[in-house]
Amino acid sequence: MSALRTPTGGRIDRSRKLRFSFDGRSFDGFAGDTLASALLANGVHLVGRSFKYHRPRGILSAGSDEPNALVAVARDAARVTPNLRATQVELYSELRAESQNRFPSLGFDIGVINDVVSPLLPAGFYYKTFKWPAWAWQRLYEPAIRAAAGLGRAPTLPDPDRYISRFAHCDVLVIGAGPAGLAAALVAADAGARVILCDEQAECGGSLLAETAATIDGWPAGDWVATTLATLAANPRVRVLPRTTAFGYFAHNMVGLNERVTDHLAAPPADLPRERLWQVRAAEVVIATGALERPLVFPNNDRPGVMLADAGRTYLLRYGVVPGRRVVIATAHDAAYRAALDLHAAGIAVPLIADLRQTATGDWPEAARAAGIRVRTGAIIATTGGRRRVAWAGVAQPDGGTIEPVPCDALLMSGGWTPSVHLFSQSRGKLRFDAEAQAFLPNLSVERERSAGACRGVFGLTAALADGAAAGEAAAKAAGHGGARAPRMAVTAKAFGGGGLLGPAAGTAAKHAFVDFQNDVTAKDIGLATREGFRSIEHVKRYTTTGMATDQGKTSNMHALGIVAAALDVPLPQVGLTTFRMPYTPVTFGSFAALSRGDLFEPLRRTPLHAQAVAAGAVFEDVGAWKRARYFPRAGEDMHAAVARECVAVRSRAGLFDGSTLGKIEIVGADAAEFLNRMYVNAWSKLGVGRCRYGILCREDGFVADDGVIGRIAADRFHVTTTTGGAARVLALMEDYLQTEWPDLDVWLTSVTEQWAVIALQGPQARDILAPFVAGIDLARAAMPHMSVVEGQVCGIPARLFRVSFTGELGFEINVPADHGPAVWQALMATGAVTPYGTEAMHLLRAEKGYIIVGQETDGTATPDDAGVGWAVARSKRDFVGKRSLARASMAAPARKQLVGLLTEDPNLVLEEGAQLVDDPTQAPPMRLLGHVTSSYYSASLGHSIALAMLSGGRARHGARLFVPMPGGAIAVQVTAPVFYDPEGARLDA
Amino acid sequence: MLLIDCPYCGKRPEIEFSYGGEAHVARPADPQALSDDAWAAYLYLRSNPKGRHAERWRHTHGCARFFNAVRDTVSDFFVTTYKVGETPPAEAWPRAAE
Repeated sequence: MSALRTPTGGRIDRSRKLRFSFDGRSFDGFAGDTLASALLANGVHLVGRSFKYHRPRGILSAGSDEPNALVAVARDAARVTPNLRATQVELYSELRAESQNRFPSLGFDIGVINDVVSPLLPAGFYYKTFKWPAWAWQRLYEPAIRAAAGLGRAPTLPDPDRYISRFAHCDVLVIGAGPAGLAAALVAADAGARVILCDEQAECGGSLLAETAATIDGWPAGDWVATTLATLAANPRVRVLPRTTAFGYFAHNMVGLNERVTDHLAAPPADLPRERLWQVRAAEVVIATGALERPLVFPNNDRPGVMLADAGRTYLLRYGVVPGRRVVIATAHDAAYRAALDLHAAGIAVPLIADLRQTATGDWPEAARAAGIRVRTGAIIATTGGRRRVAWAGVAQPDGGTIEPVPCDALLMSGGWTPSVHLFSQSRGKLRFDAEAQAFLPNLSVERERSAGACRGVFGLTAALADGAAAGEAAAKAAGHGGARAPRMAVTAKAFGGGGLLGPAAGTAAKHAFVDFQNDVTAKDIGLATREGFRSIEHVKRYTTTGMATDQGKTSNMHALGIVAAALDVPLPQVGLTTFRMPYTPVTFGSFAALSRGDLFEPLRRTPLHAQAVAAGAVFEDVGAWKRARYFPRAGEDMHAAVARECVAVRSRAGLFDGSTLGKIEIVGADAAEFLNRMYVNAWSKLGVGRCRYGILCREDGFVADDGVIGRIAADRFHVTTTTGGAARVLALMEDYLQTEWPDLDVWLTSVTEQWAVIALQGPQARDILAPFVAGIDLARAAMPHMSVVEGQVCGIPARLFRVSFTGELGFEINVPADHGPAVWQALMATGAVTPYGTEAMHLLRAEKGYIIVGQETDGTATPDDAGVGWAVARSKRDFVGKRSLARASMAAPARKQLVGLLTEDPNLVLEEGAQLVDDPTQAPPMRLLGHVTSSYYSASLGHSIALAMLSGGRARHGARLFVPMPGGAIAVQVTAPVFYDPEGARLDA
Repeated sequence: MLLIDCPYCGKRPEIEFSYGGEAHVARPADPQALSDDAWAAYLYLRSNPKGRHAERWRHTHGCARFFNAVRDTVSDFFVTTYKVGETPPAEAWPRAAE
């Protein structure tokens, strides 16, 4: 038994001793301890070094508001969690924790030099000091500052743990399982509502877990908690989630909960996730998040051993740990008297209660005096002393005079209580400042929520229980479960009200008087910011970084407001309040990502012919979400060699290509042709059944949006293809016009992209290879010319056979139901006459023919005419999407960029896509840019490189000599027509 | 996350929907008859109000239908939703009466 443990009491299990280590030293604690309580029980108060000045820091609080005691907990090399609050880390056997931000050790930290020179490091120090030279910031200052300041280090290995995301719905979500929350959940559940109750702590009960005096309905507080939880657990409509933080309040009562499932276990079972992210949609929300005690602002208030009064009391009563043997109390609020009395009752010396108020009357001060504790009113703490732990408190009068040193080994302080309005404020509810409570309290609600208990300024156990019960009743009723009556609970407890102090007491020095412990911001820094002209609290916050640490100023924000208000001599509400943002406490990225990582990060689309491509040795590329075969290397081939071979095969014999990713839309209905007339720039009425046309789709602004071949299957049925990436966008655009502009048209749109497998058979031998496999189809040139489509059978499978070409060769695109694609592919491959080719060869083959790719040659600012496909525009049509925009004079300006071909004077030189074109490479920069290269390849078929470009006035520049300025010198090019191969199109019509 | 009341399906989370810009901006019956300025106004000029805004939404991952809504751009909350071709209640969107 440690000398710092009480002989009995508390909620720890003294029969289960747990061994753990901190910074490599071994200690013992008990089941039910937090890391913080176990360290305190071993006399360890120094647990960290501060962010900026590397000052020794101890444990300030007993909860999630802890700013100082941040530790890293490691299970193995990958499972290292930095910046955990020791006050929330539950002890387990062989837990390994390390302190942070110290070098070489916690006891001797070289960075403490920053504290010695702290007069040189005021607010805004970095902005004022590291201004020049500019290069030094990135290379010198920032790395040095980052090494010196900072918190924990993230592990470098991938996170091996599993995280789960769940959705849930309920009638009433109760956030916080303290007295108000428990009462609310009990009443709402009793009314028949589906209830979710969550609490960030390991145990539900909140302040009741450290309550030894009060009784509820005759039960000791702890027994009432147990009974209540048993009642809730027995109700199938209730879910209780301990270790679960409501971290964010989103629109329409969507609340994000982070449940830590296994972090408290010595050996987490493999079948449990580490954390669960709950997305709860609640009809009604009861916020019962309680209040946080404020420190006091006085010089050296950050010395280890200086602790919040109620935290000291919690360690004593809940964890059976004595925070010190001789404890001085400093307070501006009655709450600290309760702590003093509990310590006194436990046999701990309380030499002095220094009350900053001029008078201290009422039940609590009287009880303290009656117990024989010395109370000195009108006293301030002028400073504290001690190395690595407080050894004395210097008590003084506000107007100066002598400092009375009071020896102690702990100092408990209370500046009053700050209601936790974080979630209410996140819900966009409006706060009001309550002068009596000295706090911002919920005022106007936006969402269907209500606050209960201390988080809305209702302090004291009796009032909080009644308030919670009333909120539970009202919430259940609002969710459609009336009839419950809030029970009248008989409570014996002494209450205390709001009030307290915001900012330091009058007469207190500001130097080393810490406001934000985690970011090392002192009252002096905030005072300096106001003297330098910062008025808005939002600006003061960013300039001094107060409230910007991982605790988001839970213990500091109200003090900062108080200091600014006093410095500017304005009422506190006029200073404003910084915005409360999610998350309430830090949430792991793992929790947000849940299962969306690795293979499940985003959906992957594979074509029906994927397995065949794999079997043929394809190398794949990502095209949107699709995996597409890029090329099919044979042994010893690199991509260049494989693509050259594939292209030659297509040009000389035949190639086989998986075109299944092409977007496909079936457009059906009596007005199908009229609909296409209005959408596409082309004319469709006269397109015969069984014929195809290359369609261009513009946006209403006249620029090319998509293209693709459209086949007329029947008078009222069209098979529309789109670009691979444009499929969803085109369908959405069509649906938009059809549903909202022309709902009178008899047209149905159906996405059939995934219903068809598309196999392109391209090359001079394509017809001969295909002939044995078709039935009911006449492949003869006359019967099935270029740009035609027929329905029949291929390999005995119903098929739509298109005679189309994106290669410039005689070609077919075989559409069969997706599941039959592999059979057709295999049958054609078995002929031994076809060579599979990938997207790389396809790109090269089409570029040789000057066929554009929308999104490569066009960039959203190219008209059909710019892109060289102006011939497709049916100018005689009365209207189509984009027609009016194309009629603007600027759309026909001769200087517009137009599609051209480029030939390098050195035939082996391949230009860079994106490179710019100039007429005089010797001109001084910035050069006059005439256009840019959009596609560039080495053509094995032609024996030289080719490129497509968008060039200002390009069609009038054919034959011109231009230059592509590159780092190694300008490259001379000749402007040509964009068709390099078979310009007459004879091979197409073969 | 907002709940959006699709007039065809009921309340669904906002991730099922896509935004479609301001509502009641009809495509001119004869665009060719418009001046460049009038056409540019149709293409680009929108009311962008602070307050109630009539706008188009599509229940993309549901019934896939377009519908109209009045949303308050200050609070981000929907005031009402209604089908294409319907007029919103005047109390939801006073401009409908104009």
